[in-house]
Amino acid sequence: MAKNVVIPIGPQHPSLKEPACFTITLEGEKVVNAVVGTGYNHRGLEKACEARSYLQDIYIIERVCGICSHIHSTTFCQSVEELAGVEIPRRAAYIRTLMAELERLHSHLLWLGIAGHEVGFDTLLMYSWRDRELVLDILAMLGGNRVNYGINTLGGVRRDVTPEQIEKIRKVVDIVEERNKYYVQLALSETTLAARLGGIGKLSHDDAIKFGAVGPVSRAAEVADDIRVTDPYSAYDEVPVTAITDNHADVFGRTVVRVLEIMESVKMIRFCLDNLPDGDIAVKVPRKIPEGEAFVRTEAPRGEDAHYVRSNGTDKPDRVRVRAASEANWHGMKHMLEGDYLADVPIIIAAIDPCYSCTDRAIVLDNHDTGKQSVIDWRTLREYSINWYKARGIDTGKIKIADSHLIF
Amino acid sequence: MMKGPGKITGEVLRHVFAKPATISYPKGELVIDKNYRGKIDFDASKCIGCKLCVRDCPANAISIENIGTKEDKKMQLTLNYAHCIFCCQCVDSCNKDAISFSPDIELAGINRKDMIVKL
Repeated sequence: MAKNVVIPIGPQHPSLKEPACFTITLEGEKVVNAVVGTGYNHRGLEKACEARSYLQDIYIIERVCGICSHIHSTTFCQSVEELAGVEIPRRAAYIRTLMAELERLHSHLLWLGIAGHEVGFDTLLMYSWRDRELVLDILAMLGGNRVNYGINTLGGVRRDVTPEQIEKIRKVVDIVEERNKYYVQLALSETTLAARLGGIGKLSHDDAIKFGAVGPVSRAAEVADDIRVTDPYSAYDEVPVTAITDNHADVFGRTVVRVLEIMESVKMIRFCLDNLPDGDIAVKVPRKIPEGEAFVRTEAPRGEDAHYVRSNGTDKPDRVRVRAASEANWHGMKHMLEGDYLADVPIIIAAIDPCYSCTDRAIVLDNHDTGKQSVIDWRTLREYSINWYKARGIDTGKIKIADSHLIF
Repeated sequence: MMKGPGKITGEVLRHVFAKPATISYPKGELVIDKNYRGKIDFDASKCIGCKLCVRDCPANAISIENIGTKEDKKMQLTLNYAHCIFCCQCVDSCNKDAISFSPDIELAGINRKDMIVKL
């Protein structure tokens, strides 16, 4: 019997340009075991939030994810507004919804391009990224930046939408809708795409519920789980939302769900522009937030995003916890990979639209000898790594340990 | 969808005459929206030295000091744009409109010390 081969994929560039290590055990070309190793990109954002005021935290939280930045800041602002007991003006709620749907457009177009690239369909990458650029220009016009729009503030939004901007958004949305019709046709009828994506990365209806999958991954398995429908926030109580589902339960199903969601987002953007109420865009929120705790869920392009904020009555939060969508989808990854071929691994990983930096929260190192947890500083960690290589016969004589890892 | 080898003909012809989706940069003209949040501008005559901007900056990128006398105040803003995250919260926090944002984004340099500027 042939011996099983263990292949580490990552931590550099495992299908996407972010760090994670997938240890794949192969029997021939078939994956028999997969271990998902994340934790390379821990930035300590939650801890950084505890050291800053609520207002400063919006910008920290916005940088949790580079793609769904708006939804994270919306969730955080909503949590703080709930604690402070303020209700945002309707116009602000509509602008938040508009931004969230524009963000979904650019996120899904980005994913479509990446998926095309992973399966060797680079024309799709070029096409969808060309269209995504139009959406990014609109987001830069509205918020002031291409990815970290910074439009949210406590109690509303920072910038209003002008009638000229509305006209520009309408034009872009028309172009995106027209071009997306082609992608929908492509996803539903192109035989090469269906042959390449169909039947791989299976996660059935029951498994999606069992592993707690969220977003397009669960909706592709006929789990009609969309926070915009089940627990409406911002202006979703007025904006008509349809949860797109599919019954393929594989990578092909996830593609179909995403391209159809672009069409839904286009409708929602038009509704927001047509029904944008007049009035203020923000209300005042006190700097000191009353004691309490809040837990808010929203629907990010990748799935359910949940934030927990605990306040101790000061101007700084006591605890901030971010559960990004990708974090929930990793649990089913082992199940999705097992039984498929090695060549399908990159697209299966990419199909959950993973965001590694969203996922990486904390690493706890247990000492195997004593069973106790400990904190090690930067210098000790550096010494440990040098000794680790030295023990393996690598010459580390020329490496000097700097006094501080800080550049400034 | 058209079948057969000729199905890409229409697409090819369209792209031969289409305008490029990309812009020529840095040789061509860079079009930046006037609402874009770039490097901040500072109007010292409007500043009263309340330091709300310093308090609200999430990146600790700005500091304000009085370089004049106690009677004749002259405020100076020191910006470290290597630390700045271009959120422009300082612009919102300023009650006297002394800080504004500009669409200046060409800030790359090779020396970090040059990125600390006095405005």
